This record gives sequence, C-alpha cells and structure tokens, in this order.
Amino acid sequence: MNPDPSRDLSRMPAPLPEIADRGGPLQPLLSATGLRKEFRLGGGFFGPRAVVHAVDDFSLTVIKGETVGIVGESGCGKSTAARLLAGITPADDGEIIFDGETFWTPRSRISGERRRAIQMVFQDSASSLNPRMTLTETLAFGPRAHGVPTATARAYARDLLAAVGLPPARFAERYPIELSGGQRQRVNIARALAIRPRLLILDEPVSALDKSVEAQVLNLLVSLRDQLGLSYVFISHDLNVVRYISDRVVVMYLGQIVEEASAQDIFAAPRHPYTRALFASKPSIDPRQRVTAPPLVGDPPDPVNPPSGCRFRTRCPIVEAICANARPPLSAMPGAGGTHRAACWAALPGNEHSLSPRQKGALQ
Amino acid sequence: MNVQMTIPEAGPRVATAPLLDIAGLRVAYRGLAGWTQVVRGVDLSLAPGRTLVLLGESGSGKSVTLRAIPGLLREEGARVEGHVRVGGQDVTTLPPAELLKLRGGRVGFIFQEPMTALDPVFRIGDQIAETIVQHRGVSWRAAMATARELFDLVQIPSAERRLKAYPNELSGGLRQRAMIAMAMSCEPELLLADEPTTALDATVQIQVLLLLREIQRERGTAMVFVTHDLGVAAEIADEVAVMYAGRIVERGGAEQVLLYPRHPYTRALTNCVVQGSYRDQRLGELSGAPPDVSRLPPGCSFAPRCPARAEDCLRHEPDFRSLAPGHDAACLHPSGPSADPSSRPGVPAGSPKGH
Repeated sequence: MNPDPSRDLSRMPAPLPEIADRGGPLQPLLSATGLRKEFRLGGGFFGPRAVVHAVDDFSLTVIKGETVGIVGESGCGKSTAARLLAGITPADDGEIIFDGETFWTPRSRISGERRRAIQMVFQDSASSLNPRMTLTETLAFGPRAHGVPTATARAYARDLLAAVGLPPARFAERYPIELSGGQRQRVNIARALAIRPRLLILDEPVSALDKSVEAQVLNLLVSLRDQLGLSYVFISHDLNVVRYISDRVVVMYLGQIVEEASAQDIFAAPRHPYTRALFASKPSIDPRQRVTAPPLVGDPPDPVNPPSGCRFRTRCPIVEAICANARPPLSAMPGAGGTHRAACWAALPGNEHSLSPRQKGALQ
Repeated sequence: MNVQMTIPEAGPRVATAPLLDIAGLRVAYRGLAGWTQVVRGVDLSLAPGRTLVLLGESGSGKSVTLRAIPGLLREEGARVEGHVRVGGQDVTTLPPAELLKLRGGRVGFIFQEPMTALDPVFRIGDQIAETIVQHRGVSWRAAMATARELFDLVQIPSAERRLKAYPNELSGGLRQRAMIAMAMSCEPELLLADEPTTALDATVQIQVLLLLREIQRERGTAMVFVTHDLGVAAEIADEVAVMYAGRIVERGGAEQVLLYPRHPYTRALTNCVVQGSYRDQRLGELSGAPPDVSRLPPGCSFAPRCPARAEDCLRHEPDFRSLAPGHDAACLHPSGPSADPSSRPGVPAGSPKGH
C-alpha cells in the first residue's frame, strides 16, 4: 500500500517488543461482554439524582486484523463504549477479554507489559496533545514510561513521524500549536502506535478535519493497518467514513446495540428501522437525488429516562404493542448466516409483532 | 404562493433585479502581525426566492462573507471594502439605526449554535415576541400570537408549552427550529444561515433541511447558506459558490458545480468525499492543508496543492471565466467538462455498487 519503504513502520527497529499473539488467528482479539456504565447527574442534598444509562449491555467482538465501525447519533453511548473498551473509564459491570486473557473486570485489570495492547485516538487533536512538549518529546513519552532509554525513544519518535508522513527534519522539534489539524491528528496516531499496540480505538478521528484532509488521514490509517496488522474500533457519526473503513458495523441507539453486521450486509439490507432511517437521512451529493420526506420525526429521547421495552419505539414507524412491553434481544437474523444481528421485534421470528417473519415448523 | 422563478445568472441580467448584490467585497482583520486579508474580492448576486450555498473549508472566508451581509463586521473591528446591497440598500454605508432595522427585518439570521445565539435567561416565546414588537411596533399580545403561528410554521409540537420554555429545556433540533422561527418572525426577504445543521444529528439535520426548503417554497424567501458539507449543499442549493482562501473559485447551478465541477479544487473536493467508497479503495486525496490566509503564495492560492498546476499559475491570480451559461471558475486551466456524473461516487444509501 505504501510504496516508500522508509515510511513503513513495520521495517523499522522498534524499541519495545511486539506483544506476542497467543490464541492464533481464530481467537478473537478483543471480546467485551455485558459492559454497562451509568453516570449520576447533579443531585444535591434533597433532589433525587438522575442517572444516565450511557451504555447498557454492550458486547463486542473484534477479530484479529478486523476493523469494527460503531455508528450512532450524539448521546447514543458510542464514545462511552470506546472509553470502556480502552479502559479509560471503568465500566460498572461486564468484562473485557484480550486475546484470551482477562484484560479488565470490575475487580481486576491487567498490568505491565500487556497493558500496551489497546491504545486510543481522540477526536480533538489539539486538546489531546500536551502543548508544552515538542513532537519528539510527545512521541518518546510512552516508550520511556515503558522503560526505553531516552535516546532510543527519541530516535524512534523520528521514525514514527516519518511513518505518519511528517518529515522529522521539519517536524521533530515543533510544538502542537505549529501544526494544522490534520498534522496534529497524524501525531496522535503516531503517539498511539509508539508503544506498539495491537488494537487502536479511534473516537471520531476525522470528524474535526476538513474534507480534503480527512481523505489523507483515512488513507494513512488504512496503510498503517496493512503494514502493522492492526485491528481498529472506529467510532464515527459519519456513515460514509464508517462504510469506507469498516469490515463490520455496529449501530447504537440510546446506549444499546440495535444492529450489527458486515459492512456490506448492513448497508445493502439494514434490518432495524433505526438503521434504515439513519441511512436514509444521509444526504447524497447528487442534487437530483434529494430526500423528499424526513425518515424520522423528532429528536432522540433523553437518555435519563429511556423508553420502556425497545428504546427506539417512540420514534419508530412500525411500532406495535409488544415494543413497549419487552426489550427485543439482539439476535441473529434468519437466513443471514448468524453474522447479521438486530434487536427488533419486527425482524425477529415468532412473536406477536405483525411484521414478525413466520417461522417454519416453529411452535408459535 | 409567489415563488419567483429565475434563470440562474444566465446571460445579461434582465429578468429580476438581484435581491442581494455583493461587489468587490474585501475584509481584513487586525492581528498581532498587522492586517490579514480574509476575504479577497468576492462578487456575487442572488435573485429573490433562490438559495445560494457558500461551500468551503475552514478559513475559506465563507462565514465572514455571510456576516458581511447584515453588516455585522463593523462591530468586530474588521476593515470592509466593497459594496453589499440588500434590495438596493448599501449595507456598508447604512447608518446604524437603519442597519438595526435591516437585521431581523428584511434579513434574518440563523446561527450554527442556537444555544449561544438564544439568550439563556429569557423564555423562547418572549425572545421571539420581542423581535416582532421591535420591528413591527405591534402589541405584545399580537406578537405572542405571531410567535405561536411561527412555531407551527417550523413544526414545533406542543407549541404553547415550548413558547414558555427556556432554551436549555429544548433539544438541539427544537432549539434550531426556534431559531428559524425567530429568523422568520419579520418575514425576511433574505435568510442567512451559517452551518445551521452542522451541530445536529443526521436524523435531525435532514428534518431541518427539509423544513427550510418548505418554508422557502411557501414564503418565497431567498437564502444564503454556508456549509462545508457537500451533501447538505446538494440537498438545499439552487446555486453553489465554492470558496478557497478568501475568494470564490467556482460558481454555478447546483448540478453544474457538484456534478460537473471544473475548478481543480472543486473536483478534488468531490473526489475525496468518501461517499460510496469501499474498503481497500484508496481515496483520492489532496495534498497539503487549506492555506493560512496571512501567508498566501503569489499567483493562484490553490496552485501549491493543485494537481493541474502549470507554470503561469504561480504568476497570475486567475480571473473568473465563463465555462458554460451560468457556470464560471477562477482558474487558468479549468478541467474539461467531466463525462457521465453517474460514474462518480455518490450512490444512494442501500444500493451498493461493486468494487
């Protein structure tokens, strides 16, 4: 992908050892189960506290070398989910297994060498860099914390800069303020890679960038993934970006996963009505193909008081009585080989929703 | 309703006098290192009832151009040259009292962030009624009744209750609708919108865009709409003007500019959109970043990033040249008309093309 070998990070001597693979290619790289996070809001002496159910029963598997995209609107919990996976915010409940090893539970967390395995890149490229450190110092910081001698770490920092397309001769001694947004985001990516992680969690990494710069950063992320055999969890509200970069896509609504499938399947045949509405809301760049009717009315409800049953039911065009009574489980869609899952009564066979597919030979 | 149909800027302008006419607009701000020219000669005009989208990246001067229309730059200490005429009145020379009448009267403004544009300590209904009383001199009661009608116009459910709400009690989408209601409160001929849907979620953004289109159709309001998003431009524009480094580099009808772009910058923008791209397909990219307007190169300011750069591009700042009726670009070497636009990326959702 990248023709210039001097920019190929996998050919450069790295000061930290690779984190050895344990379970082979079939063992998932990351497996998170039942993650839950609530935030308590305000609440003084007397008033009752409000609780935001930011992430509820979130489970995610990332296969080795895979890129999983997480999409959803603001307040759907996708950024909280990212922080839970990276271990920045501790979950209230659930567990994270990394390559067969317990990475995080409410009572234990991994320490030492293997802690390096997951790194994160944030949306705001400016506030996530220390303004008083040069780029070399920024990139040498992580390896030094892991015991690499300063001189070695600084030399590697220059390799990292070259690898993300910032010639070290020009950039090594600069400060973040001297860079454009796209250049700063390249530094953030380099910093995440400096300690040789296997999984990058990217939280809206290109959302704050201009369109002409966005493509540069996406191309960089793709070539680094190929060079280093990385896996990505890529969070974005931009469906075009997610479709471009992801192998598999997870759609979230009010803290829960409503649908998950391969990028190809989910864009070809979305099964959850929210996913369909989200896709239909995306403007085309062709003025002859304008949207004529809004796919949804109203705003997403307040996550402090999510609706009972299915959380999407208050905006759903095909809502029925069962939707208010019981939460639809995230289940495999019939005829999709078990990889396409959705949480919607209308898509699940054998229930009282009038659109529920009739199941052959089933009891109901 | 009386929707004015005009041909987009084709040939000699005879049909309608332009509602908005900007000629030779130049804007500079004073910084630590002296004056920086952020808008460097913008000419544009807009007929009544039409929508012009100013499309550009950060620092292109699109928002400053928009803010020049209601004369907002004077208070900011900017140096403004050129003329901005709204319905024949020259905003740049208008006395302050007349300017106040123009703002919120003939010209309505919708900002990107309604939370900062609305006053947090007054009820929304009162803020709208105040605007109406100021401009029309009607009674408070009549103004409140109008506010109520406006809430229906912008499709805010439970209007009575929402008029009494404070801005923080509304969701982002409802706040932006309230903002639109306020901008429409004195039946402006010209609506100015600065990225009004950028802060909104996708499912809410499309609702607001459709609402603006509907209001325009009903009331015949003209609109200048600033955005960086090609998809939003495609949804709302009759005409598009693409800005780069303080100048318009290409302008024309929405289909002309978005589907058959001729300026290399517009072509690059439409190419590097990831819309409809699939895994392992390398994205068309533009090298470099948008320029710092305080340190522009000589000649064409896009030349350092331009894939079609020739030697003369570094010497001359290109003038506008007409490429087709109503379609101009400021480029010495505009690309030829592109072939079939359906071969470009931009497939509608749900109908993926193969690799």
